[in-house]
Amino acid sequence: MAQHLKSSSSKSAFVNILKHNFGIGSQSHAARHLRPNLPNGPPRQNPISRLCNTMAEKLSVSSIGLHVDSNNQVLDFPGGKVAFTHEIQFISESSKERVPCYRVLDDNGQQIPNSHFVQVSEEVAVKIYSDMVTLQIMDNIFYEAQRQGRLSFYATTIGEEAINIASAAALTPQDVIFPQYREPGVLLWRGFTLQEFANQCFGNKSDYGKGRQMPVHYGSNKLNYFTVSATIATQLPNAVGAAYSLKMDRKDACAVTFFGDGGSSEGDFHAAMNFAAVMEAPVLFICRNNGWAISTPTSDQFRSDGVVVKGRAYGIRSIRVDGNDALAMYSAVHAAREMAIREQRPILIEALTYRVGHHSTSDDSTRYRSADEIEWWNKARNPLSRFRTWIESYGWWSDEAESDLRSRIKKEMLEALRVAEKSEKPNLENMFSDVYDVPPSNLREQELMVRQTIKSHPQDYPSDVPL
Amino acid sequence: MSATIHGAATALSTFNSVDSKKLISPCRTNLPARSKRCIVAGSDASKRSGSRLRVGHSQKLIPNAVATKADTSVTTGTGHELLLFEALQEGLEEEMDRDPHVCVMGEDVGHYGGSYKVTKGLADKFGDLRVLDTPICENAFTGMGIGAAMTGLRPVIEGMNMGFLLLAFNQISNNCGMLHYTSGGQFTIPVVIRGPGGVGRQLGAEHSQRLESYFQSIPGIQMVACSTPYNAKGLMKAAIRSENPVILFEHVLLYNLKESIPDEEYICNLEEAEMVRPGEHITILTYSRMRYHVMQAAKTLVNKGYDPEVIDIRSLKPFDLYTIGNSVKKTHRVLIVEECMRTGGIGASLTAAINENFNDYLDAPVMCLSSQDVPTPYAGTLEEWTVVQPAQIVTAVEQLCQ
Repeated sequence: MAQHLKSSSSKSAFVNILKHNFGIGSQSHAARHLRPNLPNGPPRQNPISRLCNTMAEKLSVSSIGLHVDSNNQVLDFPGGKVAFTHEIQFISESSKERVPCYRVLDDNGQQIPNSHFVQVSEEVAVKIYSDMVTLQIMDNIFYEAQRQGRLSFYATTIGEEAINIASAAALTPQDVIFPQYREPGVLLWRGFTLQEFANQCFGNKSDYGKGRQMPVHYGSNKLNYFTVSATIATQLPNAVGAAYSLKMDRKDACAVTFFGDGGSSEGDFHAAMNFAAVMEAPVLFICRNNGWAISTPTSDQFRSDGVVVKGRAYGIRSIRVDGNDALAMYSAVHAAREMAIREQRPILIEALTYRVGHHSTSDDSTRYRSADEIEWWNKARNPLSRFRTWIESYGWWSDEAESDLRSRIKKEMLEALRVAEKSEKPNLENMFSDVYDVPPSNLREQELMVRQTIKSHPQDYPSDVPL
Repeated sequence: MSATIHGAATALSTFNSVDSKKLISPCRTNLPARSKRCIVAGSDASKRSGSRLRVGHSQKLIPNAVATKADTSVTTGTGHELLLFEALQEGLEEEMDRDPHVCVMGEDVGHYGGSYKVTKGLADKFGDLRVLDTPICENAFTGMGIGAAMTGLRPVIEGMNMGFLLLAFNQISNNCGMLHYTSGGQFTIPVVIRGPGGVGRQLGAEHSQRLESYFQSIPGIQMVACSTPYNAKGLMKAAIRSENPVILFEHVLLYNLKESIPDEEYICNLEEAEMVRPGEHITILTYSRMRYHVMQAAKTLVNKGYDPEVIDIRSLKPFDLYTIGNSVKKTHRVLIVEECMRTGGIGASLTAAINENFNDYLDAPVMCLSSQDVPTPYAGTLEEWTVVQPAQIVTAVEQLCQ
C-alpha cells in the first residue's frame, strides 16, 4: 500500500521532547564549549543538570543553616538561582553617571599622570603617526578627486584616524578583520599600498575586486581583511563565525569587527553580540561612535548611555575609550585582544570620536550640523596633533620629518591616482566570472548575448572597457 | 572506497515501490560531473531554422565527482534500507568524517538532534563545536556560517523550517551570494543551507512556504531539491563538496520515505535532473514532493494508454536544460507540476526558459500546475486543495495530449 508520508513535526517531535526529558542527557550548557572536541567515546551522561535548571525549589532549612534568614532565600528558575526581594523596584533606565571614558593623552597630547597604557616603541609610534598622516592625505586627495569628477564616489575617515591605525597596530596579521567601510586605515597599516587603494577606487584591472564594487569597498585575503559589504552590520555575525572557526582551530588569533553608532541599532549587532557571548567566541566588537549616522545624531539612534552599556546586557566585557587618543586605543585593543584569545570571550570596545567628514561624497553634512562644530573637532580635538605632541615629546618626530612625510605621501598619492586612472578596466568577462566557481551555462549564454549586442551597437558601449 | 558518481539514476520506481532498480544510461556516465552543456538558443532571427542547438562540454573536470565508466556495476546487490532523513544524516556524517572542516550550525541541531532528526547523534560523535546549537536568530547564524566559510570552514546551516530563512535573506543575498564576486574571487563561501520546506500536514501558513521561489533570483547561489533517500544523500554530499553556496531544499513530508541505497560511496550531480520514468507522449517536469503525485498520476495515465516521461528536475538553479531539452525534443509537450505558487515560482521561470529555448519543438503551450497565490490554510481540506493533486495532473495531461 501507499507509504505513509507522515510529518515528523507534530506528533513525533512531542514524543522526542518526552524522551529527552527522561534521561537522554547532555552536559549542562555552561560547560559545553570549554571542551570543544569530544573524543569518540561514550557521551557524557549527565541527565540531572538539564532538568535541574527547570525546577523551581526553595532551599531546605537544613541546607542554609540553623535558622532561616529571610534575606537568604533564593529561587531556582531556568538560568540559575536568583535571590528575591519583597520590594517592587525597577532598575533605572540609566545609571546616575555615564560610563567613564579611558584616555591616556589629554586634549593637548600630554600624557596624563598615572595613566595605564601599553608602552609603544619608537618604531611602532612613528609608524602609527605616519600612517595616520598617510590616511589623512589619502582621504583628502581621493575626496578632491571625486569632487573633480575623477572618482565616482568616496567616503573619508577624517577624524577617525586614531581608531583605524592604533587598533590595527595592536593586532597581529593573523587577526581577521571584518570592516564596515570607514576603516581603510587597518588595511593601510597592514601594508596595502596607495596604489592598491587607488586601483580599487578606479576599478581598474589591477583591483583585487576586479572592478565590481564601489570605491572604498576594499578587500584583501592576503592581509586578512574581508571585503567590505555595503550592508550595515552584516559583518558582525560574519565576524562571530570567523571567531568560531579560529576557536575550533585553536589559533592564537581573534576576529575583529568594526561598526558605527548607527550600526549598533541593526538586529545583526544584537544577535552577533549574543551569539558571541554564548559561543564564547574570541571576537572584538569595536564601535566607532562618531556621533552621526548620516544625518541621524546618536540622540535619535539610541537612548542608552552609548554602546558600551549594551555589552553587559549580553554578558560581554566592555570598555569605553577616547577614540581620538591613539595611545588609549592601542592599549585598549591590545588588552582586549589578549583577553579575547586567552579567555575565549568576546569584548566590546566603544571608541568615542567624531565624524569630521561628510558621510560620503553624496552627503553635505552642513545641512544638518553646524560648520563650527565640524571645525572645532577638526582643529581642537584632532587625533593627529595630540599624538604628534606625544611622540615629539620623546624626540621621535620633528617639523622636518612632518613636512618630508607629507610631501612624499602627497607625491605618491598623486602618482598612484594618475597610474590608476590611466590603467585599463577589467574586461567584460569579469562581469560574469566569480558568480560561481565556474560559470554555468546560463551565464555563458548571457555573456554571449551581451557580446552580440555590443557588436551590433558598438556606439552605445563604453570604449574604455576591454572586451 | 573511491567515490563513484551515479549520473542519472534511472529509477523505475513508482510511488509505492521501496526497491528501485537503478539503470545508468551509458551516455550520461561518460560525461564529466560538471559538464557545462552550453545551449545556445538562436537569437539571430534570420538564421533560425529549426535546431541551432549546439552542445559543448566543459574542459574542466572537478576531481571530487569523477565520472564512472559505463560498465562499472553500480548495484552490488546489497545496499541498505533507510529513511530519507537517515540518508541525509548518513551523507552529512560521511562528509564530516571525511573533512574536518565540515560543521553544522542551527537551532536544536546539537543534542536534540535537529527537529527532523537529520543531525541526530552527530553532536555526540563530533562535539559541541562542530555541531553547534545556536540562539534563535537566523540572520545571525547564517551570517556566522558565511564568516566561518570565508575563513576555511564548510558549514552546513540548518533552517528549522525553510520559511525561517526569510529572516536570513539579507545574509543569503548580500553576503552569501555576492561576496565571492565582489571580493574579486578572493573569498569563497562553500556553505550549504538546508532545511525542510513545502506544504506539510496542517502546519499553518508560516510553516508551509516555498522558499525556492523567493531565492531563485539571487545571483551566486545554487539550489537543489531532494526527493528520494538516494538523491538526498547524494545531493547532500555534493553540496558540501561544492565551492559554491548551495541551498538544499528538503520537504517536510518526505522525511520518512524508505528506500534501499547503495553501500558504497556516491554523489549526485548538483546540476543534473533525474529521469524518473522515460516516456514518449509528454514531458512532465516536477521536483520534491510533487514527484510522487506525478508518479501516482502516471499510474492512472498508463492505464489510460498514455506514456508520460517524468523528470525530477532536482536542480532548481540552474535548470538542467540539457535533459529537459532532450525530453522536449522527443515528446513536444510539457507539463510542469510544482508546489510553488503560480506567481513567480520555479514553474514560472521554467516555463519561460522552455519557451525561450525550445519553442520550435513544442506542439502545445507549456502548461504549469502550481499552488494558488494564497497563504496555505490551516484547515486540512483547504490545504489539500492548494496542493496539486494527481487527478488534476491526469486531467492536464489528457488536455495537453488531445
